[in-house]
This record gives sequence, C-alpha cells and structure tokens, in this order.
Amino acid sequence: MQTRPPAQYEQLAARVRAHCLRMTHRGKSGHVGSMLSMADLLAVLYSSILRVDPKQPDWPDRDRFILSKGHGGGAVYATLAELGFFPKDWLNTYYLDNGKLSGHISHHVPGVEFSTGSLGHGLPVAVGMALAARHAGKQHRIFCLMSDGDCNEGSTWEAMMFAAHHKFDNLIVVVDYNRVQALGKMEDVIEMEPFARKVEDFGWAVRTIDGHNCGQIEKTLSEVPFASNKPSWVLARTVKGKGVSWMENTVSCHYGSVNDEQLAKALKDLGANS
Amino acid sequence: MRSVFNEELLKIAHEDRRIFMILADIGYGEIEPFARAFPGRYFNVGVAEQNMTGVACGVALEGNIAITYSIANFPTLRCLEQIRNDVCYHNANVKIVIIGGGMAYGPLGISHHSTEDLAIMRALPNLVVVAPCDFAEARAATRAMIAHDGPVYYRCGYKKEPPIHRGPINFQFGQALTVQDGADATVIFTGTIGYNCLCAVEALAREGIHCRLISLHTVKPIDRAAIVQAARETGVIVTVEEHNSMGGLGGAVAEVLMDEGCLDVKCRRLALPDVNVSLVGGQDWLRQQYRLDPDAIADAVRQVVQ
Ligand SMILES: Cc1ncc(C[n+]2csc(CCOP(=O)(O)OP(=O)(O)O)c2C)c(N)n1
Repeated sequence: MQTRPPAQYEQLAARVRAHCLRMTHRGKSGHVGSMLSMADLLAVLYSSILRVDPKQPDWPDRDRFILSKGHGGGAVYATLAELGFFPKDWLNTYYLDNGKLSGHISHHVPGVEFSTGSLGHGLPVAVGMALAARHAGKQHRIFCLMSDGDCNEGSTWEAMMFAAHHKFDNLIVVVDYNRVQALGKMEDVIEMEPFARKVEDFGWAVRTIDGHNCGQIEKTLSEVPFASNKPSWVLARTVKGKGVSWMENTVSCHYGSVNDEQLAKALKDLGANS
Repeated sequence: MRSVFNEELLKIAHEDRRIFMILADIGYGEIEPFARAFPGRYFNVGVAEQNMTGVACGVALEGNIAITYSIANFPTLRCLEQIRNDVCYHNANVKIVIIGGGMAYGPLGISHHSTEDLAIMRALPNLVVVAPCDFAEARAATRAMIAHDGPVYYRCGYKKEPPIHRGPINFQFGQALTVQDGADATVIFTGTIGYNCLCAVEALAREGIHCRLISLHTVKPIDRAAIVQAARETGVIVTVEEHNSMGGLGGAVAEVLMDEGCLDVKCRRLALPDVNVSLVGGQDWLRQQYRLDPDAIADAVRQVVQ
C-alpha cells in the first residue's frame, strides 16, 4: 500500500467526476449522481488500496473488486481508464451504439471483475470469492462496493450472515451510504438506521467514515481487517451527486443527463476545464 | 407505453378501490399521481422484489388486486419462486408489470434486457401472459388485466412506441388481433417489435407479397384458432419476437401447429439467438444486429415465401 497526499486522490476523483459528466452527457444516460457519489472512494481504492496491475488485469493474486451498484459503472470505467487499464478514448463510446462500455458495469471490460446491474448480487459473489481465496490459501482480499439500495435486498443480508459465520476476514464491504435511492430518500423508502449497529449484530466489524474525506478513507481502508476473524464493513457517508451543486442530495440526479450548458456549469463546479 | 399504462391504471383505480400498487423502488416520474391519489394503497417496499411479490400476494389473497411493478427482470426472475408458489399456485389476484420488455433499455445492458420472460412466465400454470404492441393495446390490456380474476404478467414497453392498429380494437385476452389481412403469408408478432413487422409487411406489399399481420398480444392462453386458420389459409407462418429463440412466441406457435397437425406449413421463427447480449447499443441498433429490423424481417418472409 502506498500512502499519498489527499490532494492526489482529490485530483483523480475530480477527473473521474468530469469523465462521468461527459460520458452521461454524450450518452444521454442516467445515474450520474450515483457515480459522483462514489468517486472519492474509487480514487483511494484504486490509487492506494487495491493490489491490481493495469498491465496484467488478470494477475491471479490481484485483489478482487466487485461493484455491486452496477448502475454506477461509469465511474469505475473512468477510474480504470485513468489508471491505464484501457485507452481513455473508450470512455467516448460509453452508452453509444456499438460502444465499448455499457451502462451497467461489464466484465467484458479489462479490469472489471464482475458484471452487475441487478442490485443485491455483488456481495454473495464476493463472499464466494473470499471463501475460495481462503480455501486456496491465497492472500488477496475481496472488496465489494455497495449502495444503500443494495442493502434492501435479502440476498445481501443472507450473504452477510454466511460471511460472518465463516469469519471471512479477507472480505471488505464499502457502502456508498448516500441515503438516496431511486424513488425517494431512504427515510421515505426503507429506513435502515441504526445501520452500523445492525451490521455489527450480524457479526461484522464496522467503521463509519466520511466517504468524501480521502485521508480518512485511505487510513480506514489501510487498517483492514478491523478485527481478526470478522469481515470488515465501511459505512462511508456520502452525498449523492457530490460536486455538482444542484445535484447534491437529490433523487432527480439518478435520472437524466446534463445538457451542454449544464455540463459547462457542472465542470466549473468541479474545477475541471471543459 | 409505460405512461399510458400508468394513466389507465390510475383511472381504473378511481373506480376500483381494491387496487393496490406494491412496487420496488422503481417508477420515478410515472407513479407519483397514483401515490398521491391513493396513499393508503401505494407501497414502496424498497429494492426487494421477493418481498414485493410476497406482500402483493398476501394483499391479493385478502380480496384485493395487487400490482407489482419494476424494470425488466426484477419483478419476474428475481422473485420467480414467489410468483410460482405464492401467486400462481394460490391463483392470487396479482398483476406483474414489467417496464422495458425485450431490449428497450438497450445500452443499460443484459441485466436490464427482458429476453427470456415469455418462455419462463408462460410455463407457469394459471398465469396469463400479455405483451401489448402499441398504446391502444396497452390501454386495453390494462383494463383486461384488472377485469381478469387471477394472476397476469404484463410486458410493457418503455417509451413512445408508434401505433400499429389503425382503428379501434376489440381486445380480449386470448384472442389475436389481425392488423391487416393477406393471403401469401402470415406474420405473427407479440409486443412492440410489431412496428418493425408492420413496416416489413408494408414493404412486401409494394412488391406484391401480401401478408396477414397478426398481433398475438396474449402469448398465454394462446389463440389456437387464429394460428390454425392462418396456417391453413396462407400456408406460411413467420413469427417475430424480441425474445430468445427458445420457448417464446415462436415456440408457442410451433406447439400449436404440431398439436393441430398443421405440419405442411412453411415456418420461420425470428427471434434473438440463444446468447447473452454483450453488444452495447440502443434498442433499434440492437434489433438491427439481431436481424429484427424491418429489412431483415422482410428478407426472411421473402425467403420463406419463395
Ligand atoms: C434488483 C434491482 N431492482 C431494481 C433496480 C433498479 N434500480 C437501479 S438503481 C436503484 C436504486 C438506487 O439507489 P442506491 O441503490 O442506493 O444507489 P445510489 O445510486 O444511490 O448509489 C434501483 C432501484 C435494480 N438495478 N436492481
């Protein structure tokens, strides 16, 4: 693990956010708020935490990363392109006819471990990979990035029970906890608080952090596993639409894309040049 | 089409107080009028389709009509056993509505393509399977679905599907609708791919090949008489569906032809190949890649007729 000054993560996150805005603008596609929400988490994960190699995406000892909120795949594509897993101009084909990148994350893209898009699928698969790694005596870790909507699904809680029962401490969940879902805010859909306590009661070691504070993200993720014999759960408090003033903490930023004028304004909000 | 469905449902819900909407965090920009009008009959269970279907079943078994609603496979495959054991086995008055049948959600990718649903849903006893092709059918099917006592699967389109029927329709579950008559061949379709069939059939007519065009909106129970009659009278049957080639409309029609001894008919099934679609693109582009665009449909009919 390589520690970096927080500004480096912030710069990467800003580039990822700018890519996401441009990609969804070009593709006239949704979910940009979901992508902006997790850009800081991805920037830290991919710069310092995950042991992955852009030159060798299939390196057998790589850490596994599964994005369970597959609708935010654009942000992972942007991060992977920034890291050199594939040429950045692939991003220009996102969501377009005969494009290289689909709306939901796809394992046909170099660096992507697993395709998702239907919520609640990521964690059970991550748990299976943790099981297989332990069985094979391997040292790599399994990271799963989830959304709060993901945590509505029963399959997620089934996987949580299994992972805790078997003490998979090579498994790390990060929840992009923005409390905004597809049809409303969490308090109006399914309230999950006290969330951390529920997860602890399910046998996981839990830490709650600010999911936009790159220094804190790095410090926390560098300390996994938080307890031996327990899987680790990071509840990262985030803001959906983070970085674009009018999108922040809205349900509407789950839908639609920016027009030309909004794109220029959003890029300005981010401090990126258009 | 999803707006048409929601509008029609709202109207019916004003007349019929038994109607509940139990949905799973989908419907933004569409379901708000229902939620405002009937707050006591509207519930968002969160992203939890198994629970959605179970809850809907319980609500229905107490004398109500429960609608479940979400994108593509979420209200079907995700909770298939709840549909089979809870809803169908108990003949519960649950109406399963999907938005975005076929590849309507194009570039969102395979998780959002509903391309095996007809085969899977029609294998479940007690379930009516319906796929409206245009707004007129969508409205009529919504009414028929609520009037029907028992479970229904409703495969809804997504956006502005163009009209196929030219005049008023007499829509009944299990009775195919003839869009236009013709003696040289019969094209049978289900759902929104019908528009491409209409374009193909119009192009063929300009060459002197006159096709009967049938909207088989109800895949189950299937209109056996219409299929047999078309086979006997035109001698050529081409089925068209935005669905895997296994077990969908083409399979259902072939079963009827076999059962009824219509084995001297020239047939062709146009459908998606049995693959996981990993191409990225919009619905029209994807249809073209899989030869379900008007030109390809017309080509296929020409080949069979000749
Ligand atoms: C099983 C399933 N049901 C429904 C959906 C449709 N859907 C896409 S995103 C979403 C919820 C968005 O909120 P959240 O999961 O919290 O993610 P965020 O974008 O806020 O990070 C829903 C319901 C889905 N993808 N999968």
